[in-house]
Parts: sequence; structure tokens; C-alpha cells
Amino acid sequence: MKQSAIEPKEESRPAPTGEGAIEVEQHIIEIVSDSGEGAQTCGQMFGTISAKMGNGIWTVEIIPAEIEPPHRSRAGASGNRIRIGSKPVTNAGDTADVVVAFNEQVLYSRIDVGALKPGTIVYLDKVWDSSPQDEVREAYRAAVEDFRRMGFHVAEIPLEEDCLKYTDEPRRGKNMWALGMLCAVYGRDMDVACGEIRKKFRRKGEVVTQTNLDLINAGYNWALENLSERFFVPAVKDIGEMVVMNGNTAIGLGVMAAGMEICSMYPITPATSASHYLSSVYHTVGGFVHQAEDEIAAIGFALGASYSGKTAVTITSGPGLALKTEFVGLAVMAEIPLVIVVVQRGGPSTGLPTKIEQGDLLAALFASPGDSPKIILAPATIEECFHYMVTARKLAEQFRGPVIVLTDANLATGQQPFQRPVPKEEWLAAPIVQSDWDESVPPFAWDSETGLSNRPIPGQRGGEYVLTGLAHDEESHVAYESSINQRTMAMRSRKLAVLQKSLKPPKIHGDPEGDLLVVTWGSTLGAAIEAVDRLRKDGYKVSSVHLRFLSPFEPGLKAIFQKFKKVMTVEINYSDDLRMPYINEENRRPAQLARLLRDQTLLDIDSWSRVPGSPLPPGAIEEELRRRLTAEK
Amino acid sequence: MYGLKKDWVLEKKPRVCVLEDYMGAEARWCPGCGDHAVLNSVQRVARDLQLAPERTVVVSGIGCSSRFPHYMKTYGFHGLHGRALPVASGIRSRRPDLDIFVVTGDGDCCAIGTAHWIHAIRYNMNMTVLLLDNNIYGLTKAQTSPTTKMTERSNTHPRGSFFVPIEPISVVLGIPNASFVAQTVDWNPPHLYETIRAGHEHRGLSFIRILQRCPHYTSHVFAEAQRDTSRILYMRHPEGINLPDAMSKIFKNQVEHDPSNISEARDLAREDAGVLPIGLFYKKPDALRYDEVTAEGLKMSAAEKIEAINNALDRFMV
Repeated sequence: MKQSAIEPKEESRPAPTGEGAIEVEQHIIEIVSDSGEGAQTCGQMFGTISAKMGNGIWTVEIIPAEIEPPHRSRAGASGNRIRIGSKPVTNAGDTADVVVAFNEQVLYSRIDVGALKPGTIVYLDKVWDSSPQDEVREAYRAAVEDFRRMGFHVAEIPLEEDCLKYTDEPRRGKNMWALGMLCAVYGRDMDVACGEIRKKFRRKGEVVTQTNLDLINAGYNWALENLSERFFVPAVKDIGEMVVMNGNTAIGLGVMAAGMEICSMYPITPATSASHYLSSVYHTVGGFVHQAEDEIAAIGFALGASYSGKTAVTITSGPGLALKTEFVGLAVMAEIPLVIVVVQRGGPSTGLPTKIEQGDLLAALFASPGDSPKIILAPATIEECFHYMVTARKLAEQFRGPVIVLTDANLATGQQPFQRPVPKEEWLAAPIVQSDWDESVPPFAWDSETGLSNRPIPGQRGGEYVLTGLAHDEESHVAYESSINQRTMAMRSRKLAVLQKSLKPPKIHGDPEGDLLVVTWGSTLGAAIEAVDRLRKDGYKVSSVHLRFLSPFEPGLKAIFQKFKKVMTVEINYSDDLRMPYINEENRRPAQLARLLRDQTLLDIDSWSRVPGSPLPPGAIEEELRRRLTAEK
Repeated sequence: MYGLKKDWVLEKKPRVCVLEDYMGAEARWCPGCGDHAVLNSVQRVARDLQLAPERTVVVSGIGCSSRFPHYMKTYGFHGLHGRALPVASGIRSRRPDLDIFVVTGDGDCCAIGTAHWIHAIRYNMNMTVLLLDNNIYGLTKAQTSPTTKMTERSNTHPRGSFFVPIEPISVVLGIPNASFVAQTVDWNPPHLYETIRAGHEHRGLSFIRILQRCPHYTSHVFAEAQRDTSRILYMRHPEGINLPDAMSKIFKNQVEHDPSNISEARDLAREDAGVLPIGLFYKKPDALRYDEVTAEGLKMSAAEKIEAINNALDRFMV
């Protein structure tokens, strides 16, 4: 008799083609374990296998805040959520359809954050039922009852028990067994799956690879024999050549494709993995990662490299940006191109190091002494993380100053397939100019209309000048005269206006007029669009617009906003809620983008923002928008 | 090649740079400031070694001495307080062709920039670092610096500093991979010149501490050593920094010190001995150089890079 989480269906043993399986348009799967048991690897590989089979995917890491939290604890839950679809997937969705849990405590942590719903299928390791410790056994039994009461379909699986047949270290093998089981449930091609295993363990040698192949096959075969659920998610049609990776890897590849040869960084979560990736391949394009002694040195080194003619990148997160701000100001003042990637995490202070927030927009824009106009970009997808590196370097050089690229923990660790970029030579930085400099041209020959100028590079004879962070004139001579200061400030600021003129207005998702316009930036794009589409299906007149340039803004915003009765931003940062004590229109602190848009357009732009430390699910956005739209009626 | 006569030849005159070619804006330091002497020496070294002005970069932080680049007619980077060394390291990373000088002060290097100082020594990238140490913050008007002697008065410690001063040479000699450590004084121009020249000729980071008078705030600090040469310990060695005998004999107090002997260097560097050592403490010509690593791949062609990026992308194909 086969075990089943839902209803036992005898005689169903479908082939991986999906025959006999329940066809679904999309499914959300979670794998959670104690930290160190490899659920993240399992999830990532399941995502990659699904992408290779042509599905749209989006993955989100479930990350404990500590490296080694206690076993069997809610705080220690580590793993991955994978949303797979028959269309491109743009966000992690709402609640999970299937969860594999290595113990009941980590599952509780997912229930606590609302990741499950009644009807979710739970595959739970039953090893705890035979624990020598009474309290473990009791906790497990009580939890299983509890889960069933909550409406989950619980299947108790012999995860550790079966793994012990293949390995003495089941804590390091359960993830592959679970992967095999999922491959059976979702009809994954085992050739693809085994290929991924070989790739993953290539460097670990034959024995380790074989053990993992045994484990995935064991999980697969066990599930074929013992589980009856089968789901089939059809492949996306006509996808062409795709790559799948997370946002930090995309940043690393983008840095290389942009021809930047120096990445100068200091370790900080969640930005560091971009540098890890770069470190593993950078030498193949002649680049290097400089791990500096601190965040300040990291940007100083990058700035020195940029000054010498090789535009560099520094990759950090909020607290690192805080330390770098003096150098950011110098890059603005002395007009040195530089790319600064800020992978945002929860703040303030050390905040939520591993979790997502969009809380550094204002810091990026304003945190420097005095007026420091600079370009700020925010990629919305993992694909954009790649391409924006090329854009950022070019803008930094063309507009002679720092470009800050704001991504976040969601993009950094999430995986998504996208069209394989075809790198071009024109994306690469030009070689350092070493021809003579026309001595009659000063180092800051600002065009009085645009503020733009070319810079001499060390090695260019006739261009010798002393770069300074002090107020300076066209010759880069220290100048404290009020008229010079007024003009040079205007020149540096003007460049942003010039850039803004060259941009196109953002595209509106939905009708160009209506009751409500939702404005978003960064990784909230997919979830916001999904929420808006659900509401539009229900007849609501709601549209959305997504901003990718945050300084300067894309043009035409005011005209777009004025076509809607209400405009609001949806953001993952803190804002006061008018329904809270003491909060009123006069003292309310709005969300960060809303603040800037109100300032720029003089329109009454509202905001809804939350800081859950996780991506905003489309359902939560939908609920809030529906509440507002209904209140209007 | 229209318009050129058949007998046209490219006449290439050898380029000769004179002192003026290295002289930038007129130095605005106080009259009698030791910085002037250092500036003169650097300009003379640049001329004598015929450094191309366009391939010479002087990097500084903030402070009196950090105005230095403005007075050179080369490329210069007058950046942030304490941060000259990371900038100079970044410049060096992909530009083995440049001559790099770093000018820093006792506040800039030994207080706000300490972390960078320690690590720049470890990195040992090819550059000449001049620590202009006048024992005081001058630009911000007389605050205690890390090298201010105990009981010396300042605006922040009007009853006298109660800190034991840092010993920059001892610090540097304690950092693994230090490769060139020397000390000189602003009031002996020949020794100052020889030290900077030797530092520049060294391949790696040469750290030169220049004891230097601030006529405004610390004119008395080195007065005795200036007046009485027996207060100075002249370190000599065939591998060290040497003056002609006619000049060196003014130093009554001399010691033969082998600059490859780090233990002896560390003993000599201790500042409680009552004498001021000048010369080369330590030299390790084969110390690892980070700039040799960072410059790898410089000659790679665009086509090679595109191929490598394609290979990297292919690993993510689905």
C-alpha cells in the first residue's frame, strides 16, 4: 500500500513526461532543514533542474541569521523556496503547495511566517518518531497532530532512515534524497538531475559523487514506489537560450561583461557572494578582487583604480555604504567614475543582515557631506542585475562620477532564468587613453550648458593636474571664491538633468488612467504586477509603473501620475501608518521612494510599505490594494 | 602621407626634464616649515631620476603635508584624511608604469589612517611613502598627534599629553612583509635626498619617516637634535643609506647596521634610547609584492575577454 499525503491513488505510477499527473500552471515548493543540512543546495538544484526543463522559476533562500544555530530549532530553519511555472516567474508567490521539512521545528518556523496554507502537502522526516529521547518523540508526534489539525496533508517519509543505507552521514545526504523524491513528484528528468549532481560534486571526487547519485536515485525510487502525488508543470514555450543564476552572480558576470577589471570589497552580507563568484572566474578576464582591510579602504582602492583610468566597482551593503560615504562625496566632488553596488539588507545599524529591505535609497541619495548629486539605478530582475553593470560603468564614465546600483537580498540570492546575454566588445571598457592631452584644456573643462567634461588620465602628457576634494576651479586649483563654488556646484548637478533628458518615460503596466497607480522599484516588480493583474481581473482600475532610475528620475512621472485618482508606492522599507497612535498627515514619515516622488512632483503620493525581512508576497500587496480600492468606492 | 617631403625624418630629441618641470604651485606652507625641504628633495630626486611628470602621481590625505601634490607639477591626488594609502594602492594595482609617491602626516597616517597604514605595508605595492612627522596636528591648529611626546602641551591637552607616543618605525618593523623602512630628518637635506632616492629605487613599498619641524607649534621638539649631532645615531652600511664621508663625519654617534637584520633594526627603533637613529633600518628586496598579482592579465585582448565571459556564461545555461 502506497503512502500518500492526499488521497491514495492506486496504480498511478506516471512517467516523468507528466502523463497521469495533475497539471498545474505553477507550484511553490519549499525545502527546510536545520542549518548545515543542505536544504539550500537541494532547493537551488531543484530550481536549476526545473529551469533546465524549461520552466520559469524564482527561488528565494530561507536563511537563518546565524551560521550554526541549534539543531531542531525554529530559529535555525534554513532552506529554499522555489516557485516553478509554465510562464516566466517574477516573484516567490504567496503560500507553498509542497514543503519538505527535515524536522518539525523548522516547519513551525515556516508556519509562523505564513508560508503554508491549509492543503499544503508536507513531507516530514519521520526519524524523530523513533528518537531515543522521549521529548523529541513527543514533540514530533504532537507536531504531526498539530499540522494535521491546521489542515496540512502530512506524509511521514523515511528520509534519514533510507539515507543511512547509502551514507554514514545522513545530515549531509538527506538533501539529495529529498531532491530525488521531489524529482519523482514533479516528473523531473533524472538525466538532467544526475548531470547537475555530477557538476556540483565534480571537485569532490568520484566517491562523493557516486554517494550523492545513489541518494538522489534512492529518493526518486522510494517516491515512485511509495508516493502517489504527481504534478506536472509544463515548460515555457519558445524560451530560446536561457541562463539561470542568482542576482549576485549576475552582478559578477555583469562586472566582467562591462570590462571592469577591479572589484574592491570588504566582506558584508548579503553582498559578498558576488565577490565570491567574481573571485572564482575573474582571472579569466584579467581582473582581480581586492579584499580590503575595511569598507573605506575598499572604496578608496576602487577610486584610486578609477582615477588611474580603470573604472572599478565596489560591492557592499547598507552598513558598508555608511562607511563609504565620505569617499562617495569625493567621487562626486572630484568627478571620478566609480560603480558602487549596494545589496540592501534590513537596517538600521546591523539590522537584519541576511534579509531583504529597500531601506537604503535615501542613504544612497543623501548620505554625503554637502550636496552630492549622483546617479542611482535599481535593477528589478536578475537579468537587469547583469545588464545594469554595463550601463552603470558607461554612465559613470560619461557623466564622470559615482553610480550607485541598488539591489537587495531578494535579488542577490534568488534565482531566475533569463535570456542568455551575448557579450559584446563595445560593452567592455576602452583601453586607458595615453595620448597627449591638449594643454589648453583644463582638467575640468565644464561645458557651461551640460556640466560635462573629459578628464585627463595619469600618463597623458600635458594633462597633469592635482585632483582635490576641496572646492576647485576648472584647473583643479583650490578655490574658495563664492562665485566659483556656486558655478561648480551647478555644473555637477546639471549633469543629472542632462541624463534625465536622455531617458524615456517608464512604461505603465495596465491602462494609462484609472483609480489607482502603484509605483514600485527594485525587486518588488514581479509581485506588484501579479497583484495588480489579479485586481484588474476583478475589474479594478489599477495600474502600476516601475522605476529603474532613482536619481535622476525617468521623465514624465508627473504627467503619468496625474491620470490617476490616487498614486501610491509599494516598498519594503519602514513608513508610518496613519492608523497608528500619534501618527497624522503632519508627522507621518512616508516610505522612501514616496518621499522623493512627493518632493519631485508636488503630488499627494501615498505609500504602503512593510519590513517583514522577506519579499512582499503578491497576496499581501493585493490585499492592501483591494482594501484601498474598496475604501474609495 | 601627403605634404611630407621625401627626405622627412622624425627628429626625436631626447627629453630632458629640469627642476621646473616638477614645480607646481608656490608652496603655501609657513616659512621654516620642514615640508619645504621634503618638497625640494622629491623634486630633485624626480629630476635626477628623470621621472616623466605625466607618469608620476603624488597621493596625499589631509593635513599640512598633504598639500604636497599641489606643489608638484605632476599628477596628484589630494583626497581624504587618512586615506591616501588605499587610493595609492588602487592606482598602483593596474598601473605598473607610474611612479607613485604618498605624502602623509603623523595624524593622517598614525591616527585616522592607521588601518590602511598597517595593511599597505603588508601589501608592499611599489610606492614611496613619506611620513612627514612633526608630532602635531598643524592644519587644525595644535592638537595632540599619536607621535606627540608625553607632557607636550596642545590645544586638546593643555596640561600636557598623557599618552605614550606611538613609534611609527617600531610599528612598521612589526608588520610582516615590510620591505623598506628608513628614517631621516628635514634639516639634513643630503640625507633626506639620499633616503628618498633610495626609497624610490626600492621595488616595493618604501616607508620613510621624516622627522620634521613645525615652526609654529613644535619648533622646540627637535631643536636639540638639530643643534647637537651627538643626539643623532647615524646608521651606516654598504647596503644602507650613506652620505659621503665629508658629510657623515659630522655625526659623532654612528653605528654599523646591516639592514637585513630585523632584530637589530627593532632594537634601534626603540625611541626610549635617547638618540635619534637616521638611515636604513630594514630592507627586504624580495618581499612579496601585491602589485605583481593585481597587474596580472593586463595585456589580455578584448577578444580573449569576450571568449572568457562566454565561457563563464555557458556554465549557467539551462
